Amino acid sequence: MNDREKTVGQSKPMETPAARSNKKPEAKPAKLGREVQARLGQQLRAMYDDVLNQGVPDRFADLIKRIDSNGSGNKDRQ
Amino acid sequence: MSMDDTVRKSILAAVPSLRAFAISLCGNVDRADDLVQETMLRAIANIDSFQPGTNMSAWLFTILRNHFRSEYRKRRREVEDSDGHYADSLKSQPEQHGHVEFAEFREALNHLPSDQREALILVGASGFSYEEAANICGCAVGTIKSRVNRARTRLAEILNVHSAEDFGPDEQTRAVLASGE
Repeated sequence: MNDREKTVGQSKPMETPAARSNKKPEAKPAKLGREVQARLGQQLRAMYDDVLNQGVPDRFADLIKRIDSNGSGNKDRQ
Repeated sequence: MSMDDTVRKSILAAVPSLRAFAISLCGNVDRADDLVQETMLRAIANIDSFQPGTNMSAWLFTILRNHFRSEYRKRRREVEDSDGHYADSLKSQPEQHGHVEFAEFREALNHLPSDQREALILVGASGFSYEEAANICGCAVGTIKSRVNRARTRLAEILNVHSAEDFGPDEQTRAVLASGE
Protein backbone atom coordinates (compact mmCIF):
# COMPACT_ATOMS: atom_id res chain seq x y z
CA MET A 1 0.00 0.00 0.00
CA ASN A 2 1.16 3.45 -0.78
CA ASP A 3 1.34 5.68 2.26
CA ARG A 4 1.10 8.78 0.18
CA GLU A 5 -2.28 7.77 -1.19
CA LYS A 6 -3.67 7.12 2.22
CA THR A 7 -3.39 10.70 3.27
CA VAL A 8 -4.69 12.28 0.10
CA GLY A 9 -7.54 14.61 0.84
CA GLN A 10 -7.07 14.45 4.58
CA SER A 11 -4.71 17.22 5.30
CA LYS A 12 -2.47 19.56 3.51
CA PRO A 13 1.16 19.90 4.41
CA MET A 14 1.94 22.69 6.83
CA GLU A 15 2.38 25.93 5.06
CA THR A 16 5.49 27.96 5.43
CA PRO A 17 5.02 31.68 5.97
CA ALA A 18 6.50 32.26 2.52
CA ALA A 19 3.97 29.97 0.89
CA ARG A 20 1.18 31.69 2.74
CA SER A 21 2.14 35.11 1.50
CA ASN A 22 2.10 33.78 -2.07
CA LYS A 23 -1.49 32.68 -1.82
CA LYS A 24 -4.15 34.18 -4.00
CA PRO A 25 -5.80 37.13 -2.27
CA GLU A 26 -9.19 35.40 -2.15
CA ALA A 27 -7.72 32.54 -0.15
CA LYS A 28 -6.83 34.85 2.68
CA PRO A 29 -9.56 35.03 5.30
CA ALA A 30 -11.18 38.41 5.15
CA LYS A 31 -11.84 40.07 8.48
CA LEU A 32 -15.50 40.22 9.24
CA GLY A 33 -16.71 42.83 11.62
CA ARG A 34 -17.95 41.61 14.97
CA GLU A 35 -21.42 42.94 14.30
CA VAL A 36 -21.68 41.26 10.92
CA GLN A 37 -20.57 37.97 12.47
CA ALA A 38 -23.11 38.35 15.22
CA ARG A 39 -25.92 39.06 12.76
CA LEU A 40 -24.95 36.12 10.57
CA GLY A 41 -25.06 33.96 13.69
CA GLN A 42 -28.49 35.30 14.60
CA GLN A 43 -29.87 34.57 11.15
CA LEU A 44 -28.43 31.10 11.23
CA ARG A 45 -29.96 30.31 14.59
CA ALA A 46 -33.29 31.85 13.63
CA MET A 47 -33.42 29.54 10.62
CA TYR A 48 -32.42 26.54 12.70
CA ASP A 49 -34.79 27.33 15.55
CA ASP A 50 -37.60 27.61 13.07
CA VAL A 51 -37.23 23.87 12.48
CA LEU A 52 -36.62 23.07 16.15
CA ASN A 53 -39.90 24.74 17.03
CA GLN A 54 -41.75 22.30 14.80
CA GLY A 55 -41.03 19.63 17.42
CA VAL A 56 -41.21 15.94 16.51
CA PRO A 57 -43.41 15.29 13.47
CA ASP A 58 -45.82 12.36 13.88
CA ARG A 59 -44.00 10.22 11.38
CA PHE A 60 -41.02 9.93 13.71
CA ALA A 61 -43.00 9.32 16.85
CA ASP A 62 -44.92 6.63 14.95
CA LEU A 63 -41.70 5.11 13.70
CA ILE A 64 -40.36 4.68 17.21
CA LYS A 65 -43.66 3.24 18.39
CA ARG A 66 -43.77 0.80 15.51
CA ILE A 67 -40.26 -0.38 16.16
CA ASP A 68 -41.08 -0.80 19.79
CA SER A 69 -44.15 -2.92 19.10
CA ASN A 70 -42.09 -5.06 16.71
CA GLY A 71 -39.74 -5.55 19.58
CA SER A 72 -36.80 -5.25 17.26
CA GLY A 73 -34.79 -2.77 15.29
CA ASN A 74 -36.26 -3.35 11.87
CA LYS A 75 -33.62 -1.83 9.66
CA ASP A 76 -35.44 -2.22 6.38
CA ARG A 77 -38.57 -0.63 5.02
CA GLN A 78 -41.24 0.76 7.21
CA MET B 1 -33.55 -6.90 21.00
CA SER B 2 -35.94 -4.58 22.71
CA MET B 3 -34.99 -0.96 22.90
CA ASP B 4 -34.80 0.51 26.29
CA ASP B 5 -37.02 3.39 27.12
CA THR B 6 -34.24 5.86 27.79
CA VAL B 7 -32.67 5.18 24.42
CA ARG B 8 -35.98 5.57 22.66
CA LYS B 9 -36.62 8.83 24.42
CA SER B 10 -33.23 10.26 23.70
CA ILE B 11 -33.48 9.35 20.01
CA LEU B 12 -36.87 11.05 19.81
CA ALA B 13 -35.58 14.05 21.71
CA ALA B 14 -32.84 14.48 19.12
CA VAL B 15 -35.28 14.47 16.18
CA PRO B 16 -35.90 18.24 15.99
CA SER B 17 -32.21 19.08 15.85
CA LEU B 18 -31.47 16.19 13.49
CA ARG B 19 -34.14 17.60 11.17
CA ALA B 20 -32.74 21.10 11.39
CA PHE B 21 -29.29 19.78 10.53
CA ALA B 22 -30.63 17.53 7.76
CA ILE B 23 -32.60 20.37 6.17
CA SER B 24 -29.50 22.50 6.11
CA LEU B 25 -27.58 19.68 4.44
CA CYS B 26 -30.25 18.67 1.91
CA GLY B 27 -31.85 22.03 1.30
CA ASN B 28 -35.15 20.15 1.03
CA VAL B 29 -37.53 19.18 3.82
CA ASP B 30 -38.85 15.92 2.35
CA ARG B 31 -35.44 14.54 1.64
CA ALA B 32 -34.24 15.75 5.01
CA ASP B 33 -37.03 13.86 6.73
CA ASP B 34 -36.15 10.69 4.82
CA LEU B 35 -32.56 11.19 5.89
CA VAL B 36 -33.63 11.56 9.51
CA GLN B 37 -35.76 8.44 9.31
CA GLU B 38 -32.91 6.42 7.82
CA THR B 39 -30.62 7.80 10.51
CA MET B 40 -33.00 6.64 13.24
CA LEU B 41 -33.28 3.17 11.72
CA ARG B 42 -29.52 2.89 11.44
CA ALA B 43 -29.03 4.11 14.96
CA ILE B 44 -31.51 1.58 16.30
CA ALA B 45 -29.98 -1.24 14.28
CA ASN B 46 -26.55 -0.31 15.62
CA ILE B 47 -27.55 0.70 19.11
CA ASP B 48 -25.06 -1.75 20.55
CA SER B 49 -22.23 0.37 19.23
CA PHE B 50 -23.47 3.40 21.16
CA GLN B 51 -21.49 3.89 24.33
CA PRO B 52 -23.81 4.70 27.21
CA GLY B 53 -22.82 7.89 28.95
CA THR B 54 -21.55 9.51 25.78
CA ASN B 55 -23.41 12.15 23.83
CA MET B 56 -26.34 10.48 22.05
CA SER B 57 -27.04 13.57 20.01
CA ALA B 58 -23.46 13.75 18.68
CA TRP B 59 -23.60 10.05 17.87
CA LEU B 60 -26.83 10.51 15.87
CA PHE B 61 -25.44 13.56 14.08
CA THR B 62 -22.41 11.50 13.06
CA ILE B 63 -24.62 8.75 11.61
CA LEU B 64 -26.75 11.28 9.78
CA ARG B 65 -23.79 13.15 8.41
CA ASN B 66 -22.02 10.00 7.19
CA HIS B 67 -25.18 8.65 5.64
CA PHE B 68 -25.76 11.94 3.88
CA ARG B 69 -22.20 11.95 2.60
CA SER B 70 -22.38 8.42 1.24
CA GLU B 71 -25.92 8.37 -0.14
CA TYR B 72 -27.45 11.77 -0.53
CA ARG B 73 -24.70 14.01 -1.62
CA LYS B 74 -24.25 12.31 -4.95
CA ARG B 75 -27.97 12.60 -5.63
CA ARG B 76 -28.08 16.23 -4.79
CA ARG B 77 -27.43 18.69 -7.55
CA GLU B 78 -25.05 20.80 -5.65
CA VAL B 79 -24.66 24.37 -6.61
CA GLU B 80 -21.29 25.14 -5.24
CA ASP B 81 -20.71 28.81 -5.74
CA SER B 82 -17.08 28.39 -6.66
CA ASP B 83 -17.19 30.77 -9.59
CA GLY B 84 -19.12 33.43 -7.75
CA HIS B 85 -21.91 33.78 -10.34
CA TYR B 86 -24.55 33.70 -7.67
CA ALA B 87 -22.75 36.28 -5.61
CA ASP B 88 -22.39 38.51 -8.67
CA SER B 89 -26.06 38.27 -9.47
CA LEU B 90 -26.91 39.43 -5.98
CA LYS B 91 -24.44 42.27 -6.13
CA SER B 92 -25.98 43.54 -9.33
CA GLN B 93 -29.27 44.14 -7.57
CA PRO B 94 -29.90 47.69 -6.51
CA GLU B 95 -28.52 48.53 -3.12
CA GLN B 96 -31.16 48.88 -0.51
CA HIS B 97 -31.25 49.07 3.20
CA GLY B 98 -31.70 45.85 5.07
CA HIS B 99 -31.55 43.73 1.97
CA VAL B 100 -30.77 40.44 3.66
CA GLU B 101 -34.03 38.62 3.99
CA PHE B 102 -34.67 35.28 5.58
CA ALA B 103 -35.17 33.40 2.31
CA GLU B 104 -32.13 35.04 0.88
CA PHE B 105 -30.07 33.89 3.83
CA ARG B 106 -31.28 30.33 3.41
CA GLU B 107 -30.46 30.46 -0.27
CA ALA B 108 -26.99 31.82 0.41
CA LEU B 109 -26.35 29.04 2.90
CA ASN B 110 -27.22 26.51 0.19
CA HIS B 111 -24.54 28.00 -1.97
CA LEU B 112 -21.75 27.31 0.47
CA PRO B 113 -19.54 24.30 -0.19
CA SER B 114 -21.07 21.50 1.85
CA ASP B 115 -18.10 21.00 4.16
CA GLN B 116 -18.24 24.66 5.14
CA ARG B 117 -22.00 24.60 5.52
CA GLU B 118 -22.02 21.61 7.85
CA ALA B 119 -19.22 23.06 9.97
CA LEU B 120 -21.00 26.38 10.31
CA ILE B 121 -24.31 24.75 11.24
CA LEU B 122 -22.81 22.37 13.78
CA VAL B 123 -20.89 25.10 15.56
CA GLY B 124 -23.07 28.13 14.90
CA ALA B 125 -26.53 26.63 15.28
CA SER B 126 -26.50 23.10 16.70
CA GLY B 127 -24.39 24.26 19.61
CA PHE B 128 -21.58 21.72 19.31
CA SER B 129 -18.09 22.66 20.38
CA TYR B 130 -15.35 22.76 17.77
CA GLU B 131 -14.09 19.45 19.19
CA GLU B 132 -17.49 17.78 18.93
CA ALA B 133 -17.99 19.11 15.41
CA ALA B 134 -14.55 17.77 14.46
CA ASN B 135 -15.53 14.34 15.78
CA ILE B 136 -18.81 14.39 13.89
CA CYS B 137 -17.08 15.35 10.65
CA GLY B 138 -14.07 13.12 11.20
CA CYS B 139 -11.53 15.89 10.79
CA ALA B 140 -9.14 18.00 12.85
CA VAL B 141 -10.37 20.77 15.12
CA GLY B 142 -8.30 23.28 13.15
CA THR B 143 -10.04 22.18 9.95
CA ILE B 144 -13.44 22.87 11.50
CA LYS B 145 -12.30 26.28 12.69
CA SER B 146 -11.06 27.27 9.28
CA ARG B 147 -14.20 25.94 7.57
CA VAL B 148 -16.37 27.96 9.92
CA ASN B 149 -14.34 31.08 9.23
CA ARG B 150 -14.46 30.58 5.49
CA ALA B 151 -18.18 29.87 5.67
CA ARG B 152 -18.84 33.15 7.46
CA THR B 153 -16.69 35.12 5.08
CA ARG B 154 -18.32 33.49 2.08
CA LEU B 155 -21.82 34.10 3.44
CA ALA B 156 -21.04 37.75 3.94
CA GLU B 157 -19.73 37.92 0.37
CA ILE B 158 -22.72 36.16 -1.14
CA LEU B 159 -25.12 38.32 0.85
CA ASN B 160 -23.02 41.37 0.17
CA VAL B 161 -23.09 42.54 3.76
CA HIS B 162 -20.46 44.86 5.10
CA SER B 163 -22.15 46.14 8.20
CA ALA B 164 -24.96 45.17 10.53
CA GLU B 165 -27.25 47.68 8.77
CA ASP B 166 -27.21 45.52 5.66
CA PHE B 167 -29.42 43.07 7.51
CA GLY B 168 -33.17 43.31 7.68
CA PRO B 169 -35.22 44.04 10.78
CA ASP B 170 -33.50 43.08 13.96
CA GLU B 171 -33.95 39.45 14.92
CA GLN B 172 -35.67 40.45 18.12
CA THR B 173 -38.28 42.33 16.18
CA ARG B 174 -38.67 39.32 13.94
CA ALA B 175 -39.01 37.00 16.91
CA VAL B 176 -41.69 39.16 18.46
CA LEU B 177 -43.59 39.22 15.17
CA ALA B 178 -43.22 35.47 14.71
CA SER B 179 -44.35 34.62 18.22
CA GLY B 180 -47.59 36.49 17.70
CA GLU B 181 -49.15 33.67 15.71
